[in-house]
Amino acid sequence: MSTSTVDLVDYDDAVRRYDPVLGLEVHVELGTRTKMFCGAEVEFGGDPNSQVTPVSLGLPGALPVVNRTAVEYAIKIGLALNCSIAESCRFARKNYFYPDNPKNFQTSQYDEPIAYDGYLDVELEDGTVFRVEIERAHMEEDAGKNTHVGGADGRISGAEYSLVDYNRAGIPLVEIVTRPITGVGERAPEIARAYVRTLRDIFRALGVSEARMERGNVRADVNLSLRPTPESPLGTRTETKNVNSFRSVERAVRYEVSRQAAVLDAGATVIQETRHWHELSGITSSGRVKSDAEDYRYFPEPDLVPVAPSRDWVERLRAEQPELPVERRRRLQGEWGYADAEMRDVVNADAVDLIEATVAAGSSPAGARKWWMGELARRAKSDDVELAALPVSPAQVAQLQGLVDSGRINDKLARQALEGVLAGEGDPEDVVVARGLEVVSDDGPLLEAIDAALAAQPDIAEKIRGGNLGPVGAIIGAVMKATRGQADAGRVRELVVERVG
Amino acid sequence: MSEDLTRLTAADMAARLVAGTVTSVELTQAHLDRIAAVDGDVHAFLHVSADDALATARDIDARRVAGEDLHPLAGVPIAIKDVVVTRGMPTTAGSKILEGWVPPYDATLVERVRAAGLPILGKTNMDEFAMGSSTEHSAYGPTRNPWDLDRIPGGSGGGSAAAVAAFEAPLAVGTDTGGSIRQPGAVTGTVGVKPTYGGVSRYGLIALASSLDQAGPVTRTVLDSALLHELIGGHDPRDSTSIAEDLPPLVDAARRGASGDLRGMRIGVVTELDGDGYQEGVRARFAESLDLLRGLGAEVVEVSCPHFEYALGAYYLILPSEASSNLAKFDGMRFGLRAEPAEGPVTAERVMAATRGQGFGDEVKRRIILGTYALSAGYYDAYYGSAQKVRTLVQRDFDAAFEQVDVLVSPTAPTTAFELGAKLDDPLAMYLNDVATIPANLAGVPGLSVPNGVSDDGLPVGFQVLAPAKADDRLYRVGAALERALETSWGGPILAQAPELEVKP
Amino acid sequence: MSTISRDEVARVAALARIELRPDEVDRLAGELDVIVDAIAQISSVATPDVPATSHPLPLTNVYREDVPVPALAVADVLAGAPDAQDGRFAVPQILGEE
Ligand SMILES: [Mg+2]
Ligand SMILES: [Zn+2]
Repeated sequence: MSTSTVDLVDYDDAVRRYDPVLGLEVHVELGTRTKMFCGAEVEFGGDPNSQVTPVSLGLPGALPVVNRTAVEYAIKIGLALNCSIAESCRFARKNYFYPDNPKNFQTSQYDEPIAYDGYLDVELEDGTVFRVEIERAHMEEDAGKNTHVGGADGRISGAEYSLVDYNRAGIPLVEIVTRPITGVGERAPEIARAYVRTLRDIFRALGVSEARMERGNVRADVNLSLRPTPESPLGTRTETKNVNSFRSVERAVRYEVSRQAAVLDAGATVIQETRHWHELSGITSSGRVKSDAEDYRYFPEPDLVPVAPSRDWVERLRAEQPELPVERRRRLQGEWGYADAEMRDVVNADAVDLIEATVAAGSSPAGARKWWMGELARRAKSDDVELAALPVSPAQVAQLQGLVDSGRINDKLARQALEGVLAGEGDPEDVVVARGLEVVSDDGPLLEAIDAALAAQPDIAEKIRGGNLGPVGAIIGAVMKATRGQADAGRVRELVVERVG
Repeated sequence: MSEDLTRLTAADMAARLVAGTVTSVELTQAHLDRIAAVDGDVHAFLHVSADDALATARDIDARRVAGEDLHPLAGVPIAIKDVVVTRGMPTTAGSKILEGWVPPYDATLVERVRAAGLPILGKTNMDEFAMGSSTEHSAYGPTRNPWDLDRIPGGSGGGSAAAVAAFEAPLAVGTDTGGSIRQPGAVTGTVGVKPTYGGVSRYGLIALASSLDQAGPVTRTVLDSALLHELIGGHDPRDSTSIAEDLPPLVDAARRGASGDLRGMRIGVVTELDGDGYQEGVRARFAESLDLLRGLGAEVVEVSCPHFEYALGAYYLILPSEASSNLAKFDGMRFGLRAEPAEGPVTAERVMAATRGQGFGDEVKRRIILGTYALSAGYYDAYYGSAQKVRTLVQRDFDAAFEQVDVLVSPTAPTTAFELGAKLDDPLAMYLNDVATIPANLAGVPGLSVPNGVSDDGLPVGFQVLAPAKADDRLYRVGAALERALETSWGGPILAQAPELEVKP
Repeated sequence: MSTISRDEVARVAALARIELRPDEVDRLAGELDVIVDAIAQISSVATPDVPATSHPLPLTNVYREDVPVPALAVADVLAGAPDAQDGRFAVPQILGEE
């Protein structure tokens, strides 16, 4: 995709002169065992086309039957988003031709979604709470996966084709659609990101999805428009499809603000269209223009009957709602004894689950925070990845902290051990052994090194003997150097005092 | 000369199998021979599965000898309309777009047929994707009416009806979206039943219009239809629209009806399904049948269903709308025909369009275009939405009628079989064939057509019985009673009046 | 009254992904008119007070439990494919894709 000619306005400048309005459509793949409308088992990473039945392959004659658990999960999501749950709703066919869409219609919901009129309170980095209005949450099915195979001569070659795997086709989805999100101002990217992350946390808390962004379990379509002032009518929006990480959500919003501002500055009009997000270059590019392709010819799915969840069922699910992320955060902050600002940083770094798992694996809360928000956060930033994507597990971090707590290594050695873990050298234990990082705990070699240091710096030895412990650090430093950092500094201090005392 | 086994009813074949006086292999071979002898002219079959049928027959014979408990119809051969998917057996729905497609699974009704041990003789011809009333829209050439080879056998299930009428099969499965079982039954002198919507699983029927389609029996006697209906019907969890209840006792009802006592039965004649457009001989036979029914003790009254006149219009919106979506999957990507555009770039989009342009016949394209138009932006409410309202009105007519009577009756089709090609250029005239059968599909109620004589032109006509939803047993009681009375008056089955087909060596 | 023009037939054919020859477009424009006209009759009774019926029988809440059934064998899945490669369906290039 050629990008050279796109003008961009500096983001800060753009949001000074235009009022951005957001809209987010988030698809979440439900973690049911089987598909939405057939019993094909859903498992990540199976052989291509090994998880299909005549139904999910769209073979002639096959008929759908609704997965009860998927409906239950959709209701749970609706309740968590403070939605009304429909007394009766229907599936509809959304007709469009596409090779990954086996029936050439998607079984979805149209004018009768299962959940509607809700809201979600999203906590921002500075602790303020922003309310996002939810228009609807509806049930539908996922499509298959196309893999594009390029021809020998590159993109324009007629030899290009695609390979289609229908394992994903028919996996249950819930699509959550917001109302236009106004009043976001320059915080549009942050709000978009926080909203998607909060949803992700809710899906996990409800147990309705693993919600792994990197696997495409959660996918966001980002709608964005600009208008001159908050009083102006809504501008023309673009829909950037399939933005699949929190950072990308933030970046896509930022990019579209800058791009649309440039279009408007030039006196042109924004085209209503879908746009593709390019993860590597961090830009969006034009997809198809909407108007023509949008004639989906919806009509009620005649092969399915209405879903009319009884009020008993809904109330039982409401009563069973687990602790949601906001409450959970409050509880964990209490348990961990973090200050407000500390907890906020943890949340914003998406480290709540990681720290919880680290504590569960035996680490102190302070130790867990120290590693995840310190060394590892720095590493994630320099590698430009999410914290959770680093090749280190909470159990390994807990083990590392355990080694420090037991005195086998000190902080400095621990950082070296962590480097080894990140480099794929195994668990902290293994790295410590392999790299010989253990603290020297035997007094013999330490005493030797102390004696040598005292002998080398007689004036300092004299001061210490005279009761002035000020310069003792110089001796400790010399000992550490002699033992290549593997001495326990506290023990060295004790021994020095004993020696001269 | 040995007895011609193919002339027996399915019930008699089943009785002889049980008695051990005939084997399934003998029966199956007799039908395969008959197919070889006459199907060159009739062209009821698109595929004959001789080896598969004989293997099933041998298996059943062996199991019977071993003393196994078998289904009452075990060993009786059957033909299946080609719109029903059959594992390992080609299934085309009469379309070029599915030429050579061999499904990897069985329809639920086929599973039941196989489990009961009925040898499947093959797949029967039909209008492409069941769109038509004459079987002239088959991509593989028309089926001919065994009563007159220059005439249509009705449609879309002309193949199943002709196979049964020509003694090529004692039993066949059809599907009925607007009359495709009943109208061919009427014009070929056979019995056809459209069960209550949801009474027979649709899983594995290549869908035409999902809210209208039903599979049902095609046979030569009412009792045979009841036997087959009980075999293929009943709840199927793979069809969300399947009724989760037991079928009413259909075979019992047919036997009870054959006893000839209809006292206490109230029969309503639908005012709107008689008169203009109905052939003179059709009206005469209908009137005679009503007299027979009165003679059996039934009370016959006239009932008005004022919205039936709108049924045809509603049907021709609902059907193409649903069909346009159901047939979208035929795109050359996963199965069936793939055609490349004559010129220009070979993209998925253009290959789909070329495949569908070349793979679908005229009638299919016509209905897909109409349905796409009816659903497309701005038209939904005016077209599909209005049609769904007419459906409500037709249902209300039925509800009101069944407050007054137990069953409704009418001629099945307005005319006898017309000549091949006579109405091909006039879609609307073709559609009028279904005027009496369509209301039942819109409302989901069951309907039966039983032969009730020949018209002035010597061709058979049919008598339609309609019952309330889930009261399919009433069809069999009235149908069997009328059949018995008529056969008594004729001195034999109606097909005895049909000319003998020329047997080719 | 003619309600479906040639252009309309062409637009709808594109939406339905059916390549039509010019003579087919002409013929369909004529034939569809007849049907559309016939259908105009139903609007007189399909008034706002009449509810629409989408299913012949009023069933609700038909579900299956979330229990796996055997999948089709991959060989069966691909047996009917016009073209396949590496266990997947091979389809012509898709416009608008990367
Ligand atoms: Mg979207
Ligand atoms: Zn969606």
